[in-house]
Amino acid sequence: MKNPIRVLIAKPGLDGHDRGAKVVAIALKEAGMEVIYTGLRQSVEQITSAALQEDVQVVGLSILSGAHMPITKKLMKMMKEEGLDEAMVLIGGNIPKNDVKKLKALGVKEVFPTGSRFEDIVTFIRSNIPN
Amino acid sequence: MKKKVELPDVVLESGIKVKPIYGPEDVKDIDYEKDIGEPGEYPFTRGIHKYMYRFRPFTMRQYSGFATAKETNKRFKYLIKQGQTGLNVAFDLPTQCGLDSDDPLAEGEVGRVGMAIDTLKDMEDAFKGIPIDKIGTSLTINSMAPIMLAMYMTVAEKQGVPANEVRGTLQNDILKEYIGRGTWVFPVDPSIKLIGDTIEYCSKYAPKYYPVSVCGYHIRESGANPVQEIAYAFLIAKAYIQHVLDRGLDVDDFVPRFSFNFDIHGNLFEQIAKFRAARRLWAKIVKEDLGAKDPKSMQMKMIAGGGGGGLTIEQPENNIVRGAYYALISALSGTQTMALCSYDEAYTIPSEKAAVISLRTMQILLDEMGLRDTVDPLAGSYYIESLTCELEKLICEMMEKVDKKGGIVKAVSDGYIQSEVAKQAFLLEKGIQEGKIIKVGVNKYREEEEEREIEFHDYKAEEAEKQIKRLKKVKKERDDSKVSKALKELKKAAEAGDNLMDTVIDAVRAYATVGEITATMKDVYGEFKEPVRL
Repeated sequence: MKNPIRVLIAKPGLDGHDRGAKVVAIALKEAGMEVIYTGLRQSVEQITSAALQEDVQVVGLSILSGAHMPITKKLMKMMKEEGLDEAMVLIGGNIPKNDVKKLKALGVKEVFPTGSRFEDIVTFIRSNIPN
Repeated sequence: MKKKVELPDVVLESGIKVKPIYGPEDVKDIDYEKDIGEPGEYPFTRGIHKYMYRFRPFTMRQYSGFATAKETNKRFKYLIKQGQTGLNVAFDLPTQCGLDSDDPLAEGEVGRVGMAIDTLKDMEDAFKGIPIDKIGTSLTINSMAPIMLAMYMTVAEKQGVPANEVRGTLQNDILKEYIGRGTWVFPVDPSIKLIGDTIEYCSKYAPKYYPVSVCGYHIRESGANPVQEIAYAFLIAKAYIQHVLDRGLDVDDFVPRFSFNFDIHGNLFEQIAKFRAARRLWAKIVKEDLGAKDPKSMQMKMIAGGGGGGLTIEQPENNIVRGAYYALISALSGTQTMALCSYDEAYTIPSEKAAVISLRTMQILLDEMGLRDTVDPLAGSYYIESLTCELEKLICEMMEKVDKKGGIVKAVSDGYIQSEVAKQAFLLEKGIQEGKIIKVGVNKYREEEEEREIEFHDYKAEEAEKQIKRLKKVKKERDDSKVSKALKELKKAAEAGDNLMDTVIDAVRAYATVGEITATMKDVYGEFKEPVRL
């Protein structure tokens, strides 16, 4: 049997809207993935070290406060420094269309704004994780 | 021979199966005097006042506040000019989490979702020219509630308004912050103690002030169904009340100043019945379980507002229509105060235009649609009365279920409630994605080519810079020896387990910052560790 895909769902910053993060975490778990949820108010340092420690293939950030650009920039840089280049970074939350391109330019693999379908997220992860 | 009609099943969010036709049979066990009662009389099913809106319309109070105190002051004055009758202050996240604007953790968040308050100076500016004795203000603040209350009372005093004339509401409901919203700081026990401190303080000095607004709202916004919303809120309210009773206060000394904040979205009839059931059940709980004698203690006062959870980012103009229905529900449910999430609030902080449309929605209901004319117009409806009884029963059962798990404080501390609410949120989302729960514009009548021209609330980095400068200026000009003395006294009081309000007020007066006061309290209380379970 194949090992399940390991995913870290993280809530960076002070934003307390965790409904989306938890709902997606449950959906990925139901789809057979191994999901670790960080809880609220995580610094970029904490998220990076959790990703390292848990040896995840996917890091999903959920941001609804509007602070997605600076947070993502910082996270991508730190993950690179820690040698986490291989891990796939996904962003969810209230993300304006115009920012999607900018986030991808930072190295984010895909953006799943509010209202994204579970199956789209699951399919995207499965088809982009090397076996 | 008649053909048998096959009708689809209808099941409400709370699990109640709806019959196609209700009649006298469904209400035959209801005794009007005992179970419903006249408006303004126990058990208050029909409303807490005899004449309700015919005598005084509900308060209209939109949530607002952003960037700095000065900008917020401008928006307040604008809303008052537009006919808004109460203020509801939004604070930014650093303020809500006890961080100063110059704290590294506050970076990018200063003034983003509300106004930044670092010291008393900011609160003074926010309420400059606003008569605190005339307009009731609601402070949406929780772990920082003692500090903001201290600041607000000090500003009142400076305006020449005595504490016993100050009207308003403090949100001050920490248990729901652990469930949803997430602006907790201290661990559960000291947090409940701090709520006790504010209640005790208000019952002594500010009897017209509502020190706690227990929020089912955010629990439902986090995914709870209507039954969980009311049941968890009542259990939380009971936990605070029990804590204060343990201090030796009499139930009738402070429970009349408890209020609730509930959510509206979903099925119209279910929501109306939910509020009627809640009012009746709360009256019974306070009278029978808590032994209150004063009918005022038994009256469930509420703000019932249209929630963001029902709004959609797709076809956002539809949210104006949803808001109008939510306002109608609120008025038909006998609310004391109404607020609506504005049509753009599914994705941003409301624009001025959107906020005014919400206000006009409520004004149209009152002045054009006849919602003022008569009290509880749906009373006696076979469907509404039957649904009210069913919901009351379900809420009771849900409360018992949590009590069996060891009570609400334990159930929140170990993450049980959070996990129940998340599960419910997942099921709802799954239902929408599978098309079993209809959201217009989302999974039905969707416009695939929809180009969303969404305007987001701008984050002004220069406003944050200004705020940090102001903070530095206040720190430079204040008497530091007074600050350190006040903080020392605060620490002593916290260690001794005394009521902290007096020492917090002294610290605030000396212009100690929110971050300094919080750090002092953290030294004694420690910090909450979030129980993460999926």
